Order: sequence, then C-alpha cells, then structure tokens
Amino acid sequence: MKIEEARNHHTIDAVIVGAGLAGLRAALEVAKSGLSAAVISKVYPTRSHSGGAQGGIAAALANVSEDSLEAHMFDTIKGSDYLADQDIIERFVNEALKTVYEFEHMGVPFSRTADGRINQRPFGGHSAPRACFAQDITGHVLLHTLYEQCLRHNVLFFNEFQVLSLLLQDDVSRGLVAWDIRAGGLHIFHARAVLLATGGYGRAWKVTSNAHANTGDGVALVLDAGLPLEDMEFVQFHPTGLYKHGILLSEAARGEGAYIVNDKNERFMKTYAAAKMELAPRDVVSRAEQTEINEGRGIGGRDYVYLDLRHLGQQKILERLPQIYDLALNYLKVDAIKEPVPIQPTAHYSMGGIPANVRTEVIKDGKGTVIRGLYTAGETSCLSLHGANRLGTNSLQDAATFGRIAGIHMTEFCRENGFAELPAKPLDVAQGKIDRLWSGQGKERHAPIREMLQVNMTQTMGVFRNQDEMLKMLAVIKELQERYRRVTVDDRGAAFNLDLIEALELENLLSFSEVIVEGALARKESRGAHFRSDFPKRNDGEWLRHTLAWRRNGKIVLDFSKGVVIYPQYQPQERKY
Amino acid sequence: MAMIDIRVKILRYQPGQDAKPRWQVFAVKVEDESTILDVLNEIHWQHDGTLAYRRSCRSSICGSCAMKVNGRNVLACETPIHRFGTKLKIEPLSGFEIIKDLVVDLDPFFEKLKRIKPYLIVDRPMPDKEFVQSPQQLEQIGESTLCILCAACSAACPSSWPNSDYLGPAALLKAYRFVFDSRDDGADDRLEIVNDKNGVWRCHTIFNCMEACPKKIKITEYLSRLKLKVVENSL
Repeated sequence: MKIEEARNHHTIDAVIVGAGLAGLRAALEVAKSGLSAAVISKVYPTRSHSGGAQGGIAAALANVSEDSLEAHMFDTIKGSDYLADQDIIERFVNEALKTVYEFEHMGVPFSRTADGRINQRPFGGHSAPRACFAQDITGHVLLHTLYEQCLRHNVLFFNEFQVLSLLLQDDVSRGLVAWDIRAGGLHIFHARAVLLATGGYGRAWKVTSNAHANTGDGVALVLDAGLPLEDMEFVQFHPTGLYKHGILLSEAARGEGAYIVNDKNERFMKTYAAAKMELAPRDVVSRAEQTEINEGRGIGGRDYVYLDLRHLGQQKILERLPQIYDLALNYLKVDAIKEPVPIQPTAHYSMGGIPANVRTEVIKDGKGTVIRGLYTAGETSCLSLHGANRLGTNSLQDAATFGRIAGIHMTEFCRENGFAELPAKPLDVAQGKIDRLWSGQGKERHAPIREMLQVNMTQTMGVFRNQDEMLKMLAVIKELQERYRRVTVDDRGAAFNLDLIEALELENLLSFSEVIVEGALARKESRGAHFRSDFPKRNDGEWLRHTLAWRRNGKIVLDFSKGVVIYPQYQPQERKY
Repeated sequence: MAMIDIRVKILRYQPGQDAKPRWQVFAVKVEDESTILDVLNEIHWQHDGTLAYRRSCRSSICGSCAMKVNGRNVLACETPIHRFGTKLKIEPLSGFEIIKDLVVDLDPFFEKLKRIKPYLIVDRPMPDKEFVQSPQQLEQIGESTLCILCAACSAACPSSWPNSDYLGPAALLKAYRFVFDSRDDGADDRLEIVNDKNGVWRCHTIFNCMEACPKKIKITEYLSRLKLKVVENSL
C-alpha cells in the first residue's frame, strides 16, 4: 500500500481516538471553533461504553440538600486514598456544575425534582446526594446527546477503525495509522493534534463489567511509542457485578437504599464501614464482600452475595432502576421485586492510564515534560483525578469535563501550530502487525491465550493480591507473550475481519497487563483498590507517590519520582467510613 | 447448569468469495444458560475464526448485536438460547446490505437520523442553571430516550424494506423525542420534515417495530402522536 493513495490519507486538524464521552466532548469543542475534528472509533459512536454507565454524574448542584465544591473536593481526595493530585481535583470540581448545566442545555433528559430541577441521589463515598441522574441510564443519555451535538456541528466520523500506531517523532505528535475494519486497509491520519480517549482496560480480566471493546488500546499504543503509563496497578472492582456475567448493576441501587447481605441475611457492611454501610466507596465494599465470600459466608458457601432491593418496593424499582430490574430478569431470571439478586465483585474501572497534566497534555516523565500535540482524557488518562480509587459518578464527570478541557487546549494548539511533518515510512509499524498475523506460520490461536490471561488475572490480580500469586501471574504473562509470537488468524479476508481485530487487541492486553503486575508487585503497601494481603497497611512514608512505567528493551522499567500534589489543608489522614 | 448440544444455522457471506449468502451449520456444546452471544463467541473462538458479528457491551445498552434469530429481531447479548430451544437459525438484520456474515451496513440508518435534526434546538437565551422541566413534561419523552439505535425496529418494518428513502421508526421516534421535549424550539422545522410521504405517513401502524424493540418502547404509539401533532400544526 502506498501513502500516495489519497483515499487512505487524511489531513485533519484534530484527530480524536474514541467516541465515548471524553472523545465526543472534545470533538464538539474543536468542531464548534471551526477547525476540522475527526473521531476515530472501533464501534459506531453510540456503542461506546460510556453508555454503560448507569447511576449518575457528580456535581454539587445542591438541588436536593446542602452541598459544596469543598465537600466534593474532600470526598474525592479521601475516596482516592490520598493518591489523587489535588490541583486536578480542584479544577474538576470547579468545572463540574458547568458541565452538567451544559449537558442539560444540550437536551439531556435528567430525572427531575417535583419543582422541575435536576434530581440528585446519594452515591458511595459522597457526603451529599450529588449524583445527577436520568433513571439508571445516565451514561446512555449523555452519550447519545453528545453524539447528536457532534452531528449538528459536523464532526467527521471514521466508524469501525482500529488505531495501530501513533506517529511520534522528537516528542511531537504527527498523527496516527488506523485499520479500516469494515473494508480493510491502512489509513494515515495526519493531524496537528491527537487525543487519546480510548476508555478503560478491564478486558484483561475474565469477570468484568467492561465491554468487549475495552481492551486498553490507547495505553498499549502509548507504551509501544516508548512513553510511560501511570498507576496502572490501580483497578477498581465494582461490588455489584451480576453474578457470573460480571455486568454492571449500578451503585444507584444502593443509592436508592438497597442492601447487600450474606448467607446469614446479615447486612455485613456494619462490620466494615458502620457509618456509611452499603454507601462506603467501592474498594471498601468489594473487599468486605470478598472477605465474606472467602470466609464461607457467601450464599450457600458459594462465591456470591445478595443485592436486596425488595424493600424499595415495585414502584421505586421500576421508576428509578428499570435497567437493573431488566438485567437481573433477563440474565439470571431473578425478579428483583420479589427476590434478592446474586452479585460478585467485577473488574470495572481503570484508575491508571496515560499520564497527563491539568491541560490534558500527555507527559513523558516524572518532571512533566510534554509531548507536543498529544492529549488524553477520560478513563484512558491518568491525570490523576481518582488516585487509588474512584468514587461512583465521578467518571462521567471526569470524561465530559476533561474532554471539554482537552478540546479547548487542542483548539489553541491547532491555531498556533502547523502540521508537523510525518515520519519516514509511517505505515511500517502498523503494516508489520498485520503481516505477522496474516503471513506467519505459527499454529497458536488468540482465543485460548486471551482466556488464560483473563482467568489468571481474575484469580491473582483481583480485590486481594500477594507477592507469590503475582509472581506466578508475571510468569504466565511472559509465557503467553511468547506464545503470542506464534499466533496467526484463520480469517485472511479484508472485510470486517473480527479474527484479526481480536488478535491485535490481545497483543495490547498482554502488553499492558505486564505493567499492571509489575507495578502491583513493586508497590508494597495497600492503598485504595490495590490491596496486598502481605502488606495490608497504607504506607505514606514510602508510597505516597505515583508509579510510572515504560517498556524498554522488552523489559518494564518503573520510576517513582512523580510525587502527589497535596494541598496544606488536605493532608493525608486515616481513611474511615 | 448443564451442557447441551445445539445446532446452529448461520447465514454466512464473505464478500469477494461468496456470490450470495449461504447457510452453514455448526454443532456445538454450550451451557444451557448461554445467550445467543455466548454461542456466537463459542463458534468464533473454538470452531471458525472467520465468523463476523458485532458486539460490545454485553448488557443490552450499546445496541451493537441486533440480529435475527429464528425469525425474531433480538439483541444477541440479552437473549437466552432457551427462548428458542436447541435449534437456532441466525441471520443478519433484514433490509440492510450485508458487509460480512452477520454484519450489516448501518450507515443509511444513521444517515436518516440526521434528516430530522436530531438535537435540541433552543432559540431563547440559555438559563444560568437548568431549564425547569416538570416530571410530567419529562414523562412525555422519557421512554423514547431509551432508544439504543440498534436498528431492530427498522429491520422489522415492512414499510422500510421496499423504500430506502422512508425515515423509518427509529428516526421518527427521535423526531418525536425532540418535538415533545418542553425545552425544544425546533418543532415546526421537524414537523415539516416528517410531514412527507417518506415521513410519518409511510408508517402504516403495523406494530412490527414495537414487537422488535428490545427496550419495549411503544414506538407505534409515539409515531401516532407525532402524526397527530403534524395535523394539528398544519391546521
């Protein structure tokens, strides 16, 4: 394939990878300024996994009770187990109200109070009812509304494209290369500015709430490009995953008053977080749940507990939580009005990701050196807003707010900078990936390798971790990476080659999973979602710092020189709920 | 939970290789609690890597995996196989061009959305905070905002099959969603757009869309209200 083929060569001011909340919000901002903005997505935009978010979007509107920006800030800091950067949180809470009102003005059908204002519900770790919601389909309506606005403002969409390499040279972003999933073939996107908004990396686990698409492609691309990742060992396990399926039952259920009970029908959270009970943050609730299961108090001694909604009554369940009701009914044949719903912790949210500053510019070291023209926002980024544990409803707010901020800074950057020249032979890396899978002689298949990775990650890198298990996991990853070299695909056709895409995604999963395990092994403490049975205490003296990780000469190199931004008034304290 | 043997007949089409779509039968062993998506994954991962289909969220919210199973349009991810027994017949959605196997070209479907101005139009100055909208006003549009754009409705609509210019149920539902939103000022425009032989009047209240909708949205009812609004507006 030649670069000169015009059809496959696009020159666009701002190229945004990912069509979730962060990507679409950024694209909208750029497009409204009159510059050209293109969104590249593996799926049709409305299929993005932001749509899976259910419970709400956080903002201290104080519509149903007193609230303040300071309270939102403190709750987020404490929720993060003090690993979040407080300058980022300050910017976040200051922009949050604007983000919600802007969504409302765009047409989001928020649920309403009796007097017609945006309704709000309680959520874990938040000290006031702060979750602005639309029933339990909040992410869905935000995503669709943003998509509609993007259509209105003529954002260009390249649907069903898989990005295979970033074009970077001398710390300047120049664009990227992507595979056209539908028709086959490589495309060059030459851009002034690029945003990576590719979402989370939860598909490395077997039991996960994440979509098939959430294979951490953005973090893997960055690692491939020789840039670091930050705090990858911090992965949130959501306490109310639907048993066996792992799909999400929103925390909104508990926000509306649902209980979690063990085999003895005890609300066991009283032992773990007496004040907040079921509305403690997710890391706390998931640990409690896993402890109950490990100590034999799962239902019938098995690996699940119950989410009990029955006392909420039929009307509240169907009005406020209709999706949860349908999911339990369709997938487990459980009628939540009459029966408790089996649940288990499920890999849910990636706190770690691509390091960036408050302007969403990607950085390449602990000193904050910027890669010019490269930005990141949403779950794939690590600013770090969520630190060691994210609070529910802060993710939609994060994606939308920092999506907008990314759009503003990308617009500025595009106005001040031309198109940096493409590197020589821009297609080589991407072409190499395809060729190896198509023309290799190996007999390995991607599916069993992925299955082995996911099963082992769920067993060893879950709610509780320890050195022995993690060392075994590292050995498994090394072996699977070796086997991956011999993977070829059955399907050699150009059109919609799912086989090829899954094999490419597996390469990404194997790549960043090694970083997760190395980071978790090195961090000999327990903080937020990262809990080590062999080091059960938080250790601020040694570990109040971020993890940066590079792949250099095939090995993961770690660096802990990046400190945490802490304001004098929010010094670390013991975290109790 | 038990393992059962099932027979799955899938309509396959590989462009450049097949002159026209052809049936292929797979005999597979799966858990009796499997969904249609689990079955497709099993076939794709264990039997034939060349099978193509769309899926993402697994929780019936992204709308990727609408397809036809034993004559019914369903979301593969939320549909248990026991609904159909041990013999499955799986085909792509009707009325769209097949890209490969179960993957159809939905670009025309999304293009139709654009025709009805699918976004809130506000001619007044924006308020400092939110617009006031009562729960009763929200109720008018609440159910219609559940639409996941999976295209199951349009693919089930006999009025859509012979006429690719017809807006179809999903785009018309979206028009309803904005026309009946108390915050919107764009109703006149949209009502004019749908007041057309390829707009609301092509809907013959056949109810197929409603029966196909995985979100159980009362589409036909909303389209009827939209027709009424068109008439009121032109009087």
